[in-house]
Amino acid sequence: MADLRVSFCGIEFKNPILTASGTFGFGREYAKYYDLSELGGVGPKGLTPVPRAGNPTPRAAETQSGMLNAIGLQNPGVDAFIRDELPFLRAFDTRVVANISANTAEEYGEMAAKLSDAGVDIIEVNVSCPNVRAGGMQFGVTAEGISSVTARAKQSSSVPIVVKLSPNVTDIAEMARAAEGAGADGLSLINTLLGMRINVKTRRPALANVTGGLSGPAVFPVAVRMIWQARSAVRLPIIGMGGVCSGEGAAELMLAGASLVAVGTASFIDPMAPIKIRDGLGRYMDENGFATPARLTGAVII
Amino acid sequence: MSNCVVTASRLIGKNIRSLSVRWAEKPPKPGQFVNIRADGAFLRRPISVCDYFDGTLTVVFEVRGEGTRALAQCVPGQLLDVLGPLGQGFQLPKSGDVLLVGGGAGSAPMLCAAKALSGRASVILGFRGAEHVVLDREIADAAREVYITTNDGSRGFKGFPTLLMPELLKKPYAAVFVCGPRPLMKAVAQIAKDFGIPCQVSLEERMACGVGACLVCVCKTRENGAETMRRICSDGPVFDAAEVIW
Repeated sequence: MADLRVSFCGIEFKNPILTASGTFGFGREYAKYYDLSELGGVGPKGLTPVPRAGNPTPRAAETQSGMLNAIGLQNPGVDAFIRDELPFLRAFDTRVVANISANTAEEYGEMAAKLSDAGVDIIEVNVSCPNVRAGGMQFGVTAEGISSVTARAKQSSSVPIVVKLSPNVTDIAEMARAAEGAGADGLSLINTLLGMRINVKTRRPALANVTGGLSGPAVFPVAVRMIWQARSAVRLPIIGMGGVCSGEGAAELMLAGASLVAVGTASFIDPMAPIKIRDGLGRYMDENGFATPARLTGAVII
Repeated sequence: MSNCVVTASRLIGKNIRSLSVRWAEKPPKPGQFVNIRADGAFLRRPISVCDYFDGTLTVVFEVRGEGTRALAQCVPGQLLDVLGPLGQGFQLPKSGDVLLVGGGAGSAPMLCAAKALSGRASVILGFRGAEHVVLDREIADAAREVYITTNDGSRGFKGFPTLLMPELLKKPYAAVFVCGPRPLMKAVAQIAKDFGIPCQVSLEERMACGVGACLVCVCKTRENGAETMRRICSDGPVFDAAEVIW
């Protein structure tokens, strides 16, 4: 069996498989299905400076090979996370990648300081939530926005800062370079693609929020392309995500340039998906002669 | 999660089907649900448990869209991917009678509940019309009494189940349980409140994960004076009606 250990931003992960923020709660639900220590890392639900109730329902709509969601960052706030949820996650032998959203660059800085003090392993700066008015995608669709938020978070944090990029941009390479230029330690991509559905019987939008973020296998090829483009533009290590549902899918994102792979929507269909994907990746590596995950990263032949 | 063998699949009312599988997982409690993977549908379909007996789990559902149409095609002998039992079911009072109110396919969990209450249940089932009436005989076998209402009066009493509540609630009841369309549940909860009887409602909402992780299926509730968004799949689907903000 291949050695699945991998180093990312100077931190060792026991395997490259993480869970994607927003699809995993704070880990308690899926801990009923498997030992979270089996994972390379966990991505708890996105946090904001103060608690948020999120959007009205319906918050999800099914699509061909995917789903739209518009949760709107419902979360108990960063302080409650540190007090009530982080100790639970810390009881497992796995890395914690906290995800943060805020209204201003200053708030991103304050949250990054709190979370790095509280002992998370990595902070994922979310500038790409498509479902909130302020503090989401508005920062992630311009180079200036990405720069200001990244610089502030980096200044305030003692742990690596990974910037989660939005796919809802014309030039992903420009956004990746902005993050790199502002001092980011890594990138993660892709967040969801902005979408919409209409119930043709009622002529009303399927989501109360009207638009929402598309995830699932439907977005996978977009993720492969954007990871490859970002990898070609910058030297930063990448957490790849976007519709992965098999070991081969994880390998594909790694060949495109990802060092770690986050599993999201697949967990909704099969709670064991992250573990099955980890095992499938190991089998792929054995069968194809990859001794370590690092050898896979960016190994696409073009 | 398990791959279960389908043991029965039949049409029991207009557009309403019953589907049974062999069940080796934890026995469900009344009001809990299972999340079923349907051919061709991306997300699972959450459906409340209608009956569990001797290793057979039965759900009853209305054929409404792609997912339920696919489930309608299931035949005995095939394998079905069923996750569960999920969620928090009804809290059965230790003593006293319980009034169960079911509307349409929302009648399904009332069979489970009536059986668990062994003779302590009075039941009102409401349907659109006579051809939509389902589970009346099965529930009658388990309950002390069953009343049927139909919107058009083609069977039983004409009107909604709420019509019969004031008369029935003249006798003492320990609790009211309701599952059905939201306006019905809201009205039943209000009448129960007027009579000072605790009411439990089984809420429904579009779901994704079904286990409490994704925050898709939330409802607004009041808990210890504070408004909170709680998850229907894992904090519910059954809630104390006094906590629900309609």
